[in-house]
Amino acid sequence: MEQLNEQKLIEACLLAGKILMKSGAETYRVEDTMMRMAAACGFNESQSFVTPTGIIFSLEGSDPSQFVRISERGTDLERIAKVNHISRGMAEGKLNTDEAYLALKELESANLSFPIWMQIAAAAIASGSFLIMFKGIWADYIPALLVGGIGFSTFLIVHFQAKVKFFAEFSASFVIGLLGLLAVNYDLGQQLDLIVIASVMPLVPGLLITNAIRDLMAGHFVSGLSKGAEAFLTALAIGAGVAVVYSLWI
Amino acid sequence: MYYLTHLILSMISAIGFGIIFNAPRKALFHCGVVGMAGWFVYIIMIDSGIDVVQAAFSGAFIVAIIGHIMAKRYKTPIIVFIVAGVIPLVPGGTAYDAMRHVVSNDYSNAIPLAMKAFIIASAIAMGLVFAEVFVQFVMKLTKGMKKKGM
Repeated sequence: MEQLNEQKLIEACLLAGKILMKSGAETYRVEDTMMRMAAACGFNESQSFVTPTGIIFSLEGSDPSQFVRISERGTDLERIAKVNHISRGMAEGKLNTDEAYLALKELESANLSFPIWMQIAAAAIASGSFLIMFKGIWADYIPALLVGGIGFSTFLIVHFQAKVKFFAEFSASFVIGLLGLLAVNYDLGQQLDLIVIASVMPLVPGLLITNAIRDLMAGHFVSGLSKGAEAFLTALAIGAGVAVVYSLWI
Repeated sequence: MYYLTHLILSMISAIGFGIIFNAPRKALFHCGVVGMAGWFVYIIMIDSGIDVVQAAFSGAFIVAIIGHIMAKRYKTPIIVFIVAGVIPLVPGGTAYDAMRHVVSNDYSNAIPLAMKAFIIASAIAMGLVFAEVFVQFVMKLTKGMKKKGM
């Protein structure tokens, strides 16, 4: 019975860590959450090793360690908040291991995102706002709004179809560059640079860059470097997409 | 009027990013407030001729301080509040300029710009980390004072 419980606890901790990492949480938060969950059940010496591609976790002493693989990472703040809530409940003694495990299982398969049209609208409006914030002119507001919206939809479509994130970012920024160029050529927009910069902003890996440097400063060198590499590749894909358009038609 | 436009637009764009990153529904407005405060500090400093690196640092610092206060207040992970606030400070424009020079084979002009983008990104991260240390320091101080008071 004891053994079974420990097994369940390890599984619950790993599941919590996996969901957190998949949703783009900081490395220290993943480690902290797993250790708190273990501590709530009386294991104060649990050990964890967290990287963006996998988590190793063991309770203490002679117990075997377990490993979980993480293949895909995105940004999903609500999931982070929910896992935080569950682990808090466990630490306060409101949830036992089984209940926490069930809640996490449910959370893993739940679909919490905003509807697609709302995400695209948000990206479009954010692009338009950025244009003005970066000292653009109001005449370019509508072009940036449209280009940003279409660019972000391209990203979602290609990402859904091809499942390769870097290719999706490349295609999206290619479309943005192309549409921006067309808009300026047909006198619908005036400042090509600003329209493209503002429209690309929803794709920029801002979370990855800041998380990478924070992880490095906190001493999580493996995670920091690999997140940095992911951010660099993303930025490169975005730059390359726009660059291809420019080198072909300017 | 100029600052009012900036305030409103930065709030809208931060809420937009909150939606893209799927922030909890209840936290969307707070994301907007954090984004607005960070951008306001940044734009005021830029307009008074302060270097963009310092401005990005201060903007990120403010974002993280307010984020910490809200995280404590609403018992929600801080990352929920700061992500949307940090995005406008990211040196997208500088990186873009660097990339344009690369495309036209003008590498000698591209490298300083790329370096600058890197420094700005580091300044943002430094701002976030410094705020974290600062908050922990203040909390330790207040805790110590309470203990002494007892």
